Amino acid sequence: MASAAKMKKNAPPPAPARSYLLIGALAVTGAVVLGYLVMKPKDVSIPANVTVLTADTAGFRGYVLGSDSAKIEITEYADFQCPACASFDVVQFNVVKQQLIESGLVRYRYRDFPLPIHPNSRIASHAAACANDQGKFWEMKAEIYNRQAEWASLRSAAGYLGDLAAQVGVNRGQYDECMQSAKYAGRIEASLQEGTKLGVPSTPTFLIGGQLYPGALSSDSLAAKVRRLAATPAQ
Amino acid sequence: MTNRLALAILAVAGLFISLYLWLYKLGKIGTIACGTGGCETVQLSAQSRFLGVEVALIGVLGYLVLLGLALLVLHPKYAGASWPLTWLMVLAGGAVLFTAYLKYLEFFVIHAICRWCVGSAVVIATMFGVAVVEWRRARSPNP
Repeated sequence: MASAAKMKKNAPPPAPARSYLLIGALAVTGAVVLGYLVMKPKDVSIPANVTVLTADTAGFRGYVLGSDSAKIEITEYADFQCPACASFDVVQFNVVKQQLIESGLVRYRYRDFPLPIHPNSRIASHAAACANDQGKFWEMKAEIYNRQAEWASLRSAAGYLGDLAAQVGVNRGQYDECMQSAKYAGRIEASLQEGTKLGVPSTPTFLIGGQLYPGALSSDSLAAKVRRLAATPAQ
Repeated sequence: MTNRLALAILAVAGLFISLYLWLYKLGKIGTIACGTGGCETVQLSAQSRFLGVEVALIGVLGYLVLLGLALLVLHPKYAGASWPLTWLMVLAGGAVLFTAYLKYLEFFVIHAICRWCVGSAVVIATMFGVAVVEWRRARSPNP
């Protein structure tokens, strides 16, 4: 036994060249696998369980349309996958835009409020954020809502949303890079947290003059609220 | 010699785990292969950076140094030299302590477990164990 152990101790070591070859082969295999993962077309995932950093919200409080000097601000908390939000956007929003925003009466703010029951909501929010990088948020938002029935039930909506982005004139390469980075995941979560803190009960919910109005309001109802508020003398 | 080869192989494994996690943080990998979702939680947490540096990048650099030392101790020219093995053991020991701190963060602060990080923890703990055995063997009067 002792002699066997001694023999083992005195046995010639494996040739270093062979060892280095083995390590080199492992390194090359690893590099090939990682290279494949980097080069292959990506599935995009926008995480919900993300820590909101200060940088996520610095200088950003939603997508704004309208004049800075508008007397009234409407903030909409909405979920891209919510049918009522789509209904409001498709049927009412253009009227709101023409009558209240373009007239200078209202400044409109859109905030993401992705509900956990909607699996594709965050990726849609992120797609809109990436389109916003190229100045195409409002066009992308309109298309996302217009086509909601087509992407909402997809197992992976990334490809469809990417095609929508291309259709609204977004540079696809920059958009894909933005989506793969998931860089706006924290910002989307911050928007949800802000709405939750305010007490947003459902989507869409409108914040007008410090009061929350849940539900897909009609443009007439919104206009009535805005005019009533505008007529109220400043305190 | 087998132990020394094992050290190099473990360093390569740890290096690729860290590289995978770092590439994920850079947005080059897309979805992380994890299964539980814990990897995303850990990698996107505020604790995924240490003193402003990505923990995954610290792992890449650390394993590169360990791999360099492991390749040295494997070379016949350094077979009798004690310093590369001593450094390897000391650095692996430091990495084990750092890993223990990261595990504490996962369990008690982030409340999520990243399987890849567990893999790296197993690699570095094994490396440290093997390095200690090899260091003691090298110092014994009849190696």
